Amino acid sequence: MKRLRGWWLLVALLIALPLLFPGNYYVTVVGASALLHAILAVGLNLLMGYAGQISLGHAAFFGLGAYSSAILTTRYGVNPWLALGAGLVLAGGVAYLIARPVLRLKGHYLAMATLGFGIIVHILLVQTGGLTGGPDGIGGIPTLSLFGWAIDSDARWYGVLAATLLILVLGALNLMDSRSGRALGAIHGAEVAAGMMGIDTAAAKTAVFVLAALTAGLAGSLFAHQQAFVSPDSFNFFVSIELVTMVVLGGIASTWGAILGAVILTFLPELLVVFEDYEVLIFGAILMLIMIFLPQGIVGGLADLWARRQGAAAPTDPPKAGPAPRGLAPASDPVSQDAA
Amino acid sequence: MWDQILQFLLTGITLGSTYALVALGFAIIYNASDVVNLAQGEFVMLGAMSAIALSAGQGLPLPLAILLAVLLTLVVGLMLQRFAIAPAKGITVVGTIIITIGASIFLRGLALLLWGKDIQALPHFSGETPLRWGDLTLLPQSLWVMGGTALLVLGVQLFFNRTLLGKAILACSCNKTAAQLVGINVGRMLLVAYGLSALLGAMAGVLVTPITYTSYDAGIMLGLKGFAAAVLGGMGNPMGAVAGGLLLGLLESLAAGLISSGYKDAIAFIILLLVLFLRPSGLFGRAVSERV
Repeated sequence: MKRLRGWWLLVALLIALPLLFPGNYYVTVVGASALLHAILAVGLNLLMGYAGQISLGHAAFFGLGAYSSAILTTRYGVNPWLALGAGLVLAGGVAYLIARPVLRLKGHYLAMATLGFGIIVHILLVQTGGLTGGPDGIGGIPTLSLFGWAIDSDARWYGVLAATLLILVLGALNLMDSRSGRALGAIHGAEVAAGMMGIDTAAAKTAVFVLAALTAGLAGSLFAHQQAFVSPDSFNFFVSIELVTMVVLGGIASTWGAILGAVILTFLPELLVVFEDYEVLIFGAILMLIMIFLPQGIVGGLADLWARRQGAAAPTDPPKAGPAPRGLAPASDPVSQDAA
Repeated sequence: MWDQILQFLLTGITLGSTYALVALGFAIIYNASDVVNLAQGEFVMLGAMSAIALSAGQGLPLPLAILLAVLLTLVVGLMLQRFAIAPAKGITVVGTIIITIGASIFLRGLALLLWGKDIQALPHFSGETPLRWGDLTLLPQSLWVMGGTALLVLGVQLFFNRTLLGKAILACSCNKTAAQLVGINVGRMLLVAYGLSALLGAMAGVLVTPITYTSYDAGIMLGLKGFAAAVLGGMGNPMGAVAGGLLLGLLESLAAGLISSGYKDAIAFIILLLVLFLRPSGLFGRAVSERV
C-alpha cells in the first residue's frame, strides 16, 4: 500500500479536479491536453529515465499512431478500435525494426539518430499527400465510443485520458520495482557492467524502446480522435524536444517528475499568453532558469532541498519513484557515456 | 547531365560551407565543455539579423554593420556561457541540452520582438550578376561563402595548433583538472570557446544570408543541420565536422536536384542514419570504449 501511495493520491486528484471545478476550461480542455502530454512523458521516461537512452524523435511514434487512426477511420471506414490497434502495431513494429541499430549508438550519436528518424517521419507525413493529406492534414476523424457510450465531450475525454494515465503510471511504477525494471536501471548505471552480469542489454533496450513507442502510439490514436483533426505540425521536431523537456524538467528517472513536467509545459504557454509579444522570450527564460537552479529537475531539486533542510540527522531512503542518487547523475546520464 | 551535376555540386558546396561553420562551432563548444549547444543556429540568425538591422535599418556601411553584428553575436555567445551554462553546477548532459534549448527559444523570442516575423535579406557583397562557364553559373556571393569558410576554417586550425590560447583550450578539453593544475584558467578558456563558436556562427549567417535570406526562426534548422554535420564527421573532431558539413550540403543538393526537393532533408538524414549504423562514431570519430 505504501509503495503506491503516490498513485492513490494521483487517483484522488484526478477525480477531485473535475468535481471541484466542473466545466472549467483549465481542467477539461487544458487539463486534458496536460493528461495526454503526461501519458507521452511517462512513456518516454521509461526509455530516458529508467534505461538512460535519449530519444529526440519520440513525436514520430505519436504521429504514427495518430495518422494510423486518422487514415484508417476516415479513408477506409475502419472501426476506430481496430484502427487504434493498427496504430499500436505500426508504432511498435517500426520501433522494433529500428531499435537494435539505433540503440547500439550511444550519447550524442543516439540523440542524432533518433532526431533524424523523427525528421524523416515528419517529412514523410508532409510529402505523402495522397495518403496523409500533406501539410493540410486530415479532418473529420470520428470520435471513439465505448460500449455505445460516445466519448464526445471535453469532460468525457478528460475521464478517458485520466484513466489511461492512471493505468500507465501503475504499470510504470510496477515495472520499475520489477526484475526487468532493475535490469533497465543497471543498464542506465553502466551498460557494460550490466552486460557482464548477464543482462541481455540489447533485448532489454529494445523492449523498453518498443514499450515507449507503443505508449506514444496509443496517445497518438487518442489524440487523433479527441481533436478530430491531425496535421504534421503536431508531430514535428519541436514536439519531440518538448517531450524530452517535460521528462528532464520535472526530474528525470521519476514518473512523478515526468507528469509534473508535462503539466508545467502544458500550462505555462497558456498562462504566458497574457504577455503577448514577450511570450516566447519569457518561456525560454523560465526553461533556462529552472534548469540552472534545479539541475536535477524540479522533483529531484525539491527532494534535494528537502533533504538538506532535514539535515544529515535523519538520513532516509530516497523515495521509490524518486530521482537517481546525485552521485550517479553526471556519469550515468543518457548522453554522457561517450567520453570524448 | 554532367553539367547539371556539376551545378548541383557547386550549390552543395556553398550550402555545405554554412553547415561546416555551424558544425565547427558545435565541435568547439562540445570539445571544450561536453555541451551540445542547440542554440548554435541562433548565432547564425543573430549575426545575419543584426547585420541587416544595422545596415538597412541604421544606415551603417555594410562592412561596419557586419563587423558590429559579429561582435554583438560574440558577446551573446559569451553571455550564454557566463550566465546560462556556467552557473548550472552538477547538471546532467541532457540538462545542459535543455538549457541551450531554452536559450535558443529565448533568442528567437528576442529576435521576434526586435525585428518581427518578416523574411529579410542582406545585399550581395559584390553584385548579383552570376559568373558563367559554359552552362555553369555561380553567384559571386557563393565565392564569398566558400572563400570565407576556407579562411575561417584555416584560422581556427592555426588558432588551435599555433597559439598558446588555442592550445590551452585544447588542454581543457583533454582534461580540465590537469589543465587547471598547470595554471590554465579553465573558466576563461570556456568563455573563449563559446565566443569563438558564436563568431563562426555569425560569420556563417552574414556570408550566406544574401543567398538564402533569414528570419527570426531560421536558426533552428541550421542548428540541426550543424549538429547532424558534427555527428556525421565524428563528434568532437573539428575537421571532421567541417567535412561532415560539406558532405551534408552536397548530399542535400544532389538529392534535391536528382531526386526530389521535398525529400532532400529526408534523404540527407537517411544517409546520416545509415552512416551511423555502419560507423557508430561517425566518419572520422574514434571509437571509444566506455569506462565502467
